[in-house]
Amino acid sequence: MNDIKMVAAFAENKPGQVAHFTKILADANINIRWLAVASTGPFGVMKFLVSDPEKACEALKHKGFVVKLVDALAIEVPDKPGGLHAVADCLAGHKINLDNASGFIANNRAILVIEVSNHDLAHAVLQKQGFHVLSQKEVPV
Amino acid sequence: MFWDQKSETLDRAALERLQFERLQETVRRVAAHVPFYRLKFAELGLKPEDIRSLADLRRLPFTTSADLRANYPTGLLAVPYDATLRLHTSSGTTGKPKALFFSRRDVDNAAELCARSFVMTGITQKDVFQNMMTYGMFTGALVTHYGAEKIGCLVIPAGPGNSERQLMLMQDFRTTFIHLTPSYALYLATFLEKHGVDPRRDLALRKAFVGAEPYTEESRGKIEEGLGLDVYNSYGLSEMNGPGVAFECGQKHGMHLWEDHFLIEIINPQSGEPVQDGEPGELVMTTLTREAMPLLRYRTRDITSIITKPCPCGRTHRRLNRITGRSDDMLIVRGVNIYPQQIERVLMAQSEVGRNYLITLEGLDEMTIMVELAEAGFEGQVEQLVKLQSHLAEKLRTEILIKPQVQLLPPGSLPASEGKAKRVVDNRRL
Repeated sequence: MNDIKMVAAFAENKPGQVAHFTKILADANINIRWLAVASTGPFGVMKFLVSDPEKACEALKHKGFVVKLVDALAIEVPDKPGGLHAVADCLAGHKINLDNASGFIANNRAILVIEVSNHDLAHAVLQKQGFHVLSQKEVPV
Repeated sequence: MFWDQKSETLDRAALERLQFERLQETVRRVAAHVPFYRLKFAELGLKPEDIRSLADLRRLPFTTSADLRANYPTGLLAVPYDATLRLHTSSGTTGKPKALFFSRRDVDNAAELCARSFVMTGITQKDVFQNMMTYGMFTGALVTHYGAEKIGCLVIPAGPGNSERQLMLMQDFRTTFIHLTPSYALYLATFLEKHGVDPRRDLALRKAFVGAEPYTEESRGKIEEGLGLDVYNSYGLSEMNGPGVAFECGQKHGMHLWEDHFLIEIINPQSGEPVQDGEPGELVMTTLTREAMPLLRYRTRDITSIITKPCPCGRTHRRLNRITGRSDDMLIVRGVNIYPQQIERVLMAQSEVGRNYLITLEGLDEMTIMVELAEAGFEGQVEQLVKLQSHLAEKLRTEILIKPQVQLLPPGSLPASEGKAKRVVDNRRL
C-alpha cells in the first residue's frame, strides 16, 4: 500500500508547544506540509505531515519527545463543490468511520488527509471509485 | 566470597553470646556517660545490671529521632568531645538536623561493614567504584567510600548528578560498580538511552548498590535493564552509621543485617510491642559496637520484616525484607493508608509509562498521580491516551483501594531528581 505516514507527537497542552516542535523540525531541515492539533485537558497530540517522516521522528525523539508514525490516507479531490462529499459518501457507503480529517490546497490541488477505522479497505474502495490516493512521494511538499 | 568469614558465619549461639556481651557493655557505657539515658533509666528504675539476657532488651527505653533533635548537638555523646573523629548529620526536613558523631573505631567499623557488604556480592580489589551518592554531611557517600578503599578498589568520588560527567568517568576509568539512589539510577538509565549509550556494549558496569530511598522490585528490574547490571538492595541510615547496615548478598533475596554490630527488633509502630517473626513492622535497632554515640532501641520508622530462614550463602546474620515504606511517609487519603511504594510498584510494572512519577494531593483528599508517558504507551491518538489514563487509574485502585486521577506527561517534564526523589506533594487543606 502506498499510504502516507504522519508523525504524531505527544505534548503538554500549553503555550509554546507547537513552536517548540516546529523549531526542532526547522533545525532538522524538514518541511511541514500540514499540521493538526488534538487536545484534551492537560495534554494533546500533534500530527505533522512532513517531507521526511522518519527523519522528523528521529529529530523529535532525540530531543526526548514521545513520537509515533501513524498511517493516514492522502486523497486528491476535485477543488469544487461536492468534492469532499464524494469521498465522505464513498467511505460511508462501506461503513468506514472517519476518525480524523483535514485538508489543504497545494499547487491548485485539493488534498484531503484522513485517518479511518479500516485503513486498507478505505484505500481500496477509494481507489476503485476513481480517487487518486497519494503515496508519500506524491504529497506536494 | 567473604570479607570477614568468621564474623559473617558465626553460629547463632556464639553470635547471641557476643551480642549480649556487647549489649551489656553498651548499656553500662550509656548509663555512665550519657545524661539522657541516665535519666531515662532512673525514670524506669532500671540499672545496667538488670539486663541479664538478650530478652531484657525490651526493658530498655526507646530512642526516637525527636530525642536526637532534642539532644542536638552533643547531648548523646558517650565519649569526650575531643575523642570524636567525624561528624555527620541526618537531613531534617524541618528545624535542626540530627548530629551523629563517629570515633576512630566507629569510622573503621562502618567501613568494615561496607567492605563485607560489597565483597559478599563478588566485589574485589580489582573493581572500580564510582560513588554517586552525595558527599558532605550525608553518610551515604563517605561511609561506602571508606568501605571500598578498605577492599582496595579504585574509588571515584563523583557524587550525584552531572550525568555527562558521570558518563565520561564511567567510560574513561572503566567503572565496574556504582552506589546511588534508585531515583537517580532510573534517571541515569534514561540519560544513557537518550544519548545512545548501550551500557552493555559501551561501559564496564557490573553492579549497582541502590539505597537511601525505598524502592520496589519493579524499579530494580527497570534499573537492571536500563543500566545493564545487577542491582543490590542496600539499607542504612545515618543514625546507624549510614550505609552498610544491611545489604543483599549474591542471592538478591533479603539484606543481611550485621547482627554482631546491631540488635534488631520489629515492633508494631502503634503499640511498641514486638510483632510475630516474619510479620511486617517498624525496625528498631540498638548499636552494639558504637563508641562515640551508642543508641538504644532506635525507632527507625522504616517498615520491614525479618526473613528467619537461613540463607544459602552461609551467612548467619538474618535478612531484612525490602523496606516497604517509612511510617513517616504513609499517606492517609480518604481514610485509607497508602504508601507511595505501593503506587510505584504498580506504575513500574506498566510498560506504557516511564520511570518518573509524582503524587500530588490537593483540596480535600484529591489524589493525582502524574506519570511520564513511555514510547510503548503511545499509539498516536488522543483517545487512546485518555483510555490509558483510566486503565492506569483502575490498576492503581486495585492496589491502593481509592481511585486516583492519572495524568500523563511528556518524558522529562517532572523534576529530574539527581539526589533523593521527592515523590509526594501534599497541598491538602485538611
